[in-house]
Amino acid sequence: MASLDDLKKRIASVKSTQKITKAMKMVAAAKLRKAQESAEKGRPYSEKMNNIILNLSSGISDKENAPKLLSGSGNDKVHLCVVMTSDRGLCGGFNSNIIKKAKSYFAKLAEDGKDLKIITVGSKGNDQLKRAYDDKIIVNISFKESKHANYFDAEKVGKMVIEKFGAEEFDVCTIFYNQFKNVITQIPQAQQIIPLNVENSEEDKSEDSYEFEPDEDEILSNLLPKNISTQIFKAMLENSASEQGSRMSAMDNATRNAGEMVDKLTIEYNRSRQAAITKELIEIISGAESL
Amino acid sequence: MSEEFKVEIVNPERSFLVKEDVSEVVVPAFEGEMGILKDHISIISFLKPGIIKILSKSGDENYYVEDGIVEFKNNNLSILTSSIFNLTDLDKSKQQDLLKLAEEEASNPEINDQSRYLVDQKIEVLRSLN
Repeated sequence: MASLDDLKKRIASVKSTQKITKAMKMVAAAKLRKAQESAEKGRPYSEKMNNIILNLSSGISDKENAPKLLSGSGNDKVHLCVVMTSDRGLCGGFNSNIIKKAKSYFAKLAEDGKDLKIITVGSKGNDQLKRAYDDKIIVNISFKESKHANYFDAEKVGKMVIEKFGAEEFDVCTIFYNQFKNVITQIPQAQQIIPLNVENSEEDKSEDSYEFEPDEDEILSNLLPKNISTQIFKAMLENSASEQGSRMSAMDNATRNAGEMVDKLTIEYNRSRQAAITKELIEIISGAESL
Repeated sequence: MSEEFKVEIVNPERSFLVKEDVSEVVVPAFEGEMGILKDHISIISFLKPGIIKILSKSGDENYYVEDGIVEFKNNNLSILTSSIFNLTDLDKSKQQDLLKLAEEEASNPEINDQSRYLVDQKIEVLRSLN
């Protein structure tokens, strides 16, 4: 049995840990609000962009000569995966969920005999993937300096992806990120950005045709690279909201667990203190009796 | 019957401006300035660096943009851009910064003709502001 002094020290240390986790939870909650706000504010842009591209690609006449970013390089051999994670830890299952999703995708690719290249965004993902896929990781990017997800960072990643596609380093590009649903649920997502998945959306297929200036092909070939940066930016915004949400609930749990531990230790402390008193009393009484 | 339509400018971070009572918008389209009035045909076009003029009852506004896409449909004008500045907020030092960035880009010998054209445009517009 631990001595009274030891117990006291342990209680104190758990309490101070609890203070830290509580503070982290508060900070995450404040940051979450901001991140959520910017994720919502960023939505109109990516939605509008998507709409325009949908309109354009449905109107494109010559599918054969469509820009490669839309139609793909014609091959399906080399897959590039952009795995987006956070730069900081202590956020529950946030990073491992993305990694898990990515790893199962990698395994499927390996089964199908495809080549794999990885770009990691965020140092935590790099740390976790380094062990198994070190030779596959071609670039590791980290935005530790930027406080918020901003468009310039996304554009940097986007430009790099497009450059590599232009140099025919890969055929298919998929990004991995966590979609923010609410504070307790974040859904790891795999989204293919090259070639672009033009889903036949149920939205109103506008009958009226557009006038284009300059022509469609030129607009499309200018728009697609922008769309890639936009999609990456969207993923970054979703990711940062998810990270804060995940951290908040993780820290909430940790605070609660620390509270339970303090309660348990306090009971143990009181018991052993009482036991010591009883023991002393017995000693005194038996000493008095023997006189 | 009113001759007004709605304009919405969004950048990746937020919805930059929404205005319902606009009578005319002049945008620096890729192939020259383009004025858009109500009931314009549906159009999609690009922007080159230049000034967007928004004319409305509540006053005219001018914005400097470096790139973007315009879409006009059903009397809704959407402008997507990643770099936009209100001219009244764009002070001299900020102008100089942008100009310096553009000049640096222009001095890079490896850029292609199209980007060179855009950069030259940018420099021209920025110089004319001073």
